[in-house]
Amino acid sequence: MNVVVCVKQIPDPAAPSALDPTTHNLDRTGKLILDDSDAYGVEMGLQLASGEGDEVILVSMAPGGETSGLRTALAMGAARAILISDDSLAGSDALGTAKVLAAAIKRAEPDLVLTATESTDGYTGTIPAQIAELLGLPSITFAKKIAIDGSTVRVERQTEAGYDEVESPLPALVSVTAGVVEPRYPSFKGIMAAKSKPVDVVTVADIGLEAGQVGAAGARQEITDVSKVEARAGGEIVVDDGNGAARIVTFLEELKVI
Amino acid sequence: MPVATVWVVAEITESGPSSVTQELLSKARSIATNVAAITWGPDTASHAAALGEYGATKVYDVGDVGETLPGVPVAGAIAALIEGGDTPDALLVPASYDGRDVAGRLSAKLDRPVLTNVVGLSENGGLSSEHTLFGGTVAATAHFTGEGPQIFVVRAKSFTAEPGGGGAAEVVSAPAPAAGATGTATVTARHVEERTGPKLDEAAVIVSGGRGLGSADKYEMIEELARLLHGAAGASRAIVDAGWVPYARQVGQTGKTVKPNLYVACGISGATQHLVGMKGSKNIVAINKDQDAPIFSVADLGIVGNVHDVLPALIEALKNR
Repeated sequence: MNVVVCVKQIPDPAAPSALDPTTHNLDRTGKLILDDSDAYGVEMGLQLASGEGDEVILVSMAPGGETSGLRTALAMGAARAILISDDSLAGSDALGTAKVLAAAIKRAEPDLVLTATESTDGYTGTIPAQIAELLGLPSITFAKKIAIDGSTVRVERQTEAGYDEVESPLPALVSVTAGVVEPRYPSFKGIMAAKSKPVDVVTVADIGLEAGQVGAAGARQEITDVSKVEARAGGEIVVDDGNGAARIVTFLEELKVI
Repeated sequence: MPVATVWVVAEITESGPSSVTQELLSKARSIATNVAAITWGPDTASHAAALGEYGATKVYDVGDVGETLPGVPVAGAIAALIEGGDTPDALLVPASYDGRDVAGRLSAKLDRPVLTNVVGLSENGGLSSEHTLFGGTVAATAHFTGEGPQIFVVRAKSFTAEPGGGGAAEVVSAPAPAAGATGTATVTARHVEERTGPKLDEAAVIVSGGRGLGSADKYEMIEELARLLHGAAGASRAIVDAGWVPYARQVGQTGKTVKPNLYVACGISGATQHLVGMKGSKNIVAINKDQDAPIFSVADLGIVGNVHDVLPALIEALKNR
């Protein structure tokens, strides 16, 4: 079974994020790392594609031929990666990104496509359904459990009230929530092996798209104004020396909650 | 000049149109001349009055989608209406599980971009949307530059639900076209996780617990305090991922957005993920042993202390009243 896992390489979320002051695009000039949300999809993919001849293939889009996040996922055990890197992709919106990822995924002819539910930095949350539609695949989003049974994928899908059991024939796309599995840490052997695993770097033209369909030109939306949100005024901080609960009770009385 | 036509993707729950559906219809009414709802289910016609009450004059009825996940048939029905010449200027879609499926599928079908995580909308000749980024520290305004229809995916609690006193909406059948392979994901069983007390996104008081509780069994304290305050029990993503409590309890970016009168955060450090979902609460009390925890930056009252000391004392004090 071939499993494609879409992964995003993002600026370190521990560092402060910023928008470019003129283009209003997310600043992605610094070092990029594997989005934490994608480690779950990679782990799930590795668990599902563990048989003889099975393969986990990563698909990612990033500026400047960036591979550091991909190496992390390759070190976890993915076999190879397809990276779409092209200057014309700067400023791509969710649909543009989905078009690029879909075109690259098609080359890998997967039985199953896994994605996160949303990225940590952009979090539009629409890309899984957009990719599925572009590829003509069924999709099951917000999976918290996945099993493959022959040519059927069975998923426990989160709902507002609990969860649904959902199934679909393969090939299909499934988006996974954080917590679906515990991602493994790359072993030393894995890290060494990852250095020589193939990363196929392709351009927009290579995957048969035109520059106008993607990037800022294809986004057909613009951010017109960016401002800092007024921080909430700091409240009263009390160090508990046995009277913390009593202070809360007084606060609740003032609010007339009790 | 108001926008001519806005459609709202309307989700129906067992008690009628969902709260976010009511919010979106209320907002649509204030920015558009014509408001229609798109809905699906076994008995859509019975909700025409409730949808009309919030501002829809027309209901496009996709009909019963059975056990198929709604994303594909609902997006297909909307695309068919638009391809048939009935086109809104904008579509408002709830940022729910099914809503995001509908928006994503529709965007790809129509080749139209989407603006997501919308928390405000204003009309000034066209439509501008407001978004908060980076855990709510930055606000951005955006708009579409190309041809419509414009698709906005809106977060719950962004607008106030207000009945407008409209009569029952006219119901028009809008069946989903055949979907082929894309429409083959089907639900085989539904599980409703047990819930007592008020719903998380409707409660006036919410008590939430996080990793600081130390272990799953300590979550009982959160439930007990919530009960004593007639509120709902919530959770941070960390303990939902750890399997201590069901996902339906999760407050945050990937969980529920809540704006109660009172939010009590117990043993929650306040990751961006969590703050996004609760910082709109009117009053916030935080209990955490780390005085540098980000949760204290949004708290009206912060108690630097151990939840294992403070919570039992608080529960005892409330019981004795």
